[in-house]
Amino acid sequence: MAVTGGILFVFVVAHLLGNLKVFQGPEHFNAYAEGLRTVGAPFFGRGWVLWMVRSVLLASLFAHIWAAVGVTRASWRARPVAYRRLDLVETTYAARTMRWGGVIIFVYVVYHLLDLTFGRVNPSFVPGDVYHNLVASFQRWPVSVAYIVAMVVVGLHCYHGLWSALQTLGLHRPPTVAWRRGVAGGIAAAITAGYVAIPLAVLGGVVR
Amino acid sequence: MRLTLHVWRQAGPRAAGRFVRYDVPDASPDMSFLELLDVLNQRLITRREEPIAFDHDCREGICGACGMVINGRPHGPRRATTTCQLHLRSFRDGAELWIEPWRARAFPVLKDLVVDRSAFDRVIQAGGFISVRTGSAPEANSVAVPKQDADLAMDAAACIGCGACVAACPNASAMLFVAAKVSHLGLLPQGQPERARRVVTMVAQMDAEGFGACTNHGECMAACPKDISIDFIARLNRDYLKAVASGKPQAARANGGDG
Amino acid sequence: MELRARLPAGPLAEKWERHRAEIKLVNPANKLKRHVIVVGSGLAGAAAAASLAELGYAVSCCCFQDSPRRAHSIAAQGGINAAKNYQNDGDSTFRLFYDTIKGGDFRSREANVYRLAEISARIIDQCTAQGVPFAREYGGQLANRSFGGVQVSRTFYARGQTGQQLLLGAYQSLARQIGMGTVKMYPRTEMLDLVVVDGRARGIVVRSLVDGAVTTHIGDAVVLATGGYSNVYYLSTNAKGCNVTAIWRAHKRGAAFANPCFTQIHPTCIPATGEHQAKLTLMSESLRNDGRIWVPKRKGDTRPPLEIPEDERDYYLERLYPSYGNLAPRDIASRRAKQVCDEGRGVGPGSHGVYLDLRDAIARLGHRVIADRYGNLFEMYERITAESPFERPMRIYPAPHYTMGGLWVDYNLMTTVDGLYAIGEANFSDHGANRLGASALMQGLADGYFILPYTIGDYLAQAKLPPLDASHPDVRRTEAEVSDRVERLLAVGGRRSVDAFHRELGRLMWDKCGMSRSAAGLREAIQRIRVLRDEFSSDVYVAGKGADLNQALEHAGRVADFFEFAELMCHDALHREESCGCHFREEHQTPEGEAKRDDERFGYVAAWEFRGVGEPAVLHKEPLEFETVHLAQRSYK
Repeated sequence: MAVTGGILFVFVVAHLLGNLKVFQGPEHFNAYAEGLRTVGAPFFGRGWVLWMVRSVLLASLFAHIWAAVGVTRASWRARPVAYRRLDLVETTYAARTMRWGGVIIFVYVVYHLLDLTFGRVNPSFVPGDVYHNLVASFQRWPVSVAYIVAMVVVGLHCYHGLWSALQTLGLHRPPTVAWRRGVAGGIAAAITAGYVAIPLAVLGGVVR
Repeated sequence: MRLTLHVWRQAGPRAAGRFVRYDVPDASPDMSFLELLDVLNQRLITRREEPIAFDHDCREGICGACGMVINGRPHGPRRATTTCQLHLRSFRDGAELWIEPWRARAFPVLKDLVVDRSAFDRVIQAGGFISVRTGSAPEANSVAVPKQDADLAMDAAACIGCGACVAACPNASAMLFVAAKVSHLGLLPQGQPERARRVVTMVAQMDAEGFGACTNHGECMAACPKDISIDFIARLNRDYLKAVASGKPQAARANGGDG
Repeated sequence: MELRARLPAGPLAEKWERHRAEIKLVNPANKLKRHVIVVGSGLAGAAAAASLAELGYAVSCCCFQDSPRRAHSIAAQGGINAAKNYQNDGDSTFRLFYDTIKGGDFRSREANVYRLAEISARIIDQCTAQGVPFAREYGGQLANRSFGGVQVSRTFYARGQTGQQLLLGAYQSLARQIGMGTVKMYPRTEMLDLVVVDGRARGIVVRSLVDGAVTTHIGDAVVLATGGYSNVYYLSTNAKGCNVTAIWRAHKRGAAFANPCFTQIHPTCIPATGEHQAKLTLMSESLRNDGRIWVPKRKGDTRPPLEIPEDERDYYLERLYPSYGNLAPRDIASRRAKQVCDEGRGVGPGSHGVYLDLRDAIARLGHRVIADRYGNLFEMYERITAESPFERPMRIYPAPHYTMGGLWVDYNLMTTVDGLYAIGEANFSDHGANRLGASALMQGLADGYFILPYTIGDYLAQAKLPPLDASHPDVRRTEAEVSDRVERLLAVGGRRSVDAFHRELGRLMWDKCGMSRSAAGLREAIQRIRVLRDEFSSDVYVAGKGADLNQALEHAGRVADFFEFAELMCHDALHREESCGCHFREEHQTPEGEAKRDDERFGYVAAWEFRGVGEPAVLHKEPLEFETVHLAQRSYK
């Protein structure tokens, strides 16, 4: 979980950094999108690297889901008779919503790909004009709201996932105890804020 | 003080259980929780009913025998306190308390609030020791142990094996218990030769016992009557990854250990 | 019955080495064929079971707890003594030996005690190697503290949880053997009788505490490591499950019971709060290193402690024992506490308490040092009493804690039944009439790791032990008797609970055979025990059935044995017309209220032979000969 989660986390950060170029205007943003396809040229052909990265991501995603299903099933099996109520005191909302959060994120990613990568559910999809596609999609407020909700879930998922991965990989050293949750929370909040800024900017007319 | 108890009654391992309500109108705030059950049991006996079975022994918070989930909290609401040292002054007059056994597949209920925790013993048997034959030990002061290491090892060794960590974990995971033992022995110079093998065999046994997986909720630490930190879980994970990466445990197993 | 102590000849310091050299050894190939049954898994039992298995014997071990790790040794707080002389303060094997003999008020064997002192250092080596996290100094060396009435620092400790850590060490060694299949472990299994065939111990009858099944384990030797009998007093610091059953049933099968009246009352326990009290909690004696004990000078002074001015406080231990002061031995500290409470100067609910005040130490050393030393004890005290020792003095009162008496054993730790051994608190051997602090752990581990595993070989190498199976008439008869006893308890169907009977017996024993005893009181106690015992067998109500997890039934069997045993204990106390160690006879004291020992008439071990319930036991005397130490009146003035 921790290793695949880590790969996906790197993607989430990289994707955010790329997406924030939307604020630099259509030329920069579209150039970035095009750049993704020409990375490694002339050694690699057009889109080769992108597909390599995509396949790693896909593999990670499915491994992550597979592991999550395994962990979940083990946990459900481990307590066949439930408590009348278990009073949780230490855990966080983020930790408790990892499973359903994961499902929500997965559903959203499918929609997101259909919308902005394949264009199947985009109102006016223009292949190559990523900026236009994004603005067109986010101008419909329900899409933006769904996106914002999904990004909050991603933030929570990253928050618990991040410090949890450090724990699982045994990277916590005793002195980090005091600030590890804070750092994980800060990074997660920054990610969410960055992503959420985009639909808000579209709706607010800053990006059009 | 008046208390209303709903106690899980279950006649045997395969019997169906249910909550039974008991009223105790005259409890004293100075009673321990187990003394409350003693008093209730005395009344059940005079009414010719079967007393409530619950594990207990030392009643001073060290043997680890007692433990029940009180209103959803293993060992009740007080931090770092076993059930036997929980006093009724921790509850308000008129409180309604739901009392359940530890619930985990690896801890089957034997009767009422008594569960079978032998899974913990088997985890220790799998590797939770230092192999030293009686009489073969060197002079105790021949190996200096830094005070910080000894103190940290003692923090981990304080585990009483009560199982509250498993009971509290939303996944019924035993990571804190295993981590405490792995860390206690792994922190000391005497524990080094078997360090890699120990963590691998103990984790394998833990999995075989049917405990759930750790997803880092931290509930175990909150329920632990000895305040054992989940930092030890990180330590276990680190040891485990290192051990697996080094390939040492596999080699040890191939040789059949030291017999 | 003949008491043959088998003490080796030769100078004191050479006896054990010489004996070890002369002991018969079991051929390694035959060890696997020898099956040793160990009952109990505390320090002595777990250490013995693990060590015997390491030697190659086939070992079975049973305990009534759900795991061997929960035996009551786990509750020992203070520490373990060893003559390491790490502090360079003049400690030596001889000094530890002498302190132990003197502390026991010259009622133990020189040879046994010297051996204990000799072995003590190796115990620390052994436990350290097992990973016991003893307290350390900053240089990484082992730390020591001074403890319980001695003037050198020889006590090793692991915070306030020394017993726990030592037990976990022994438990881990045992677990290793269980994992390798050399020890077969039976938790939640209670020994209910001893199988004796042709005068030799050949097995035990046990009842499974999970399903009630009564079965027999057959072996070549039986080791009882079943602890002490303080729970005869009902309220004690022992765990609720501690009982006399195993050693009592062995006594009924021919094992002599030695010095049953030597019971130790620990001075620093938390006083009872009411009728619901189920047990008493001990506060480590180490608190007396920094605490001062006092009561108000005036009778019936109910002012809160902080309002009692300095000159109206009576620091009675410091006043009576200027050189030892608050560190006076346990028996003295306990008896004096009872005395001031009897005078009406006790404090707290029911006036059964004295103050243990750390105010001066806090002022001298600072809050942090004290919190570092006693933090966990303070927390425990506050949890139980809801009072903080930083803000007001603790209240303490004596409570039954340890029993020096037990099955009589020879130098090899064998009882008067061939092939039956008793180790740890279950035997009588090393503490005489009073045990020093931090010596119980030492003795349990010495017996378990370093003595029994050698000495048992002497018997197994020589005894003719024909094969035996469960169909042997003696085995069947013993098993039938056990089932019968269980059925009888269930069949009474009376009106009173087991607990009610136990409480009543306990109160009687505490009043008449507790901290101070008199002939009249003891005679009265014996009469009342008999009456109560009859009532118990006709009016007890045990709920539930036999073939089930039935805690009331377990308790009933144990209380039934306490009823039989209590009478012997009173007889022993009555016959011992002297005051020594923890045994204080009101008729035998100096004008200042100190114990008056009578070495002429009572310089012996009293070993009692069973002749039937209610029948007077037969007294056998093992004279104690002191070749090395000079018998002195204990003085802690």
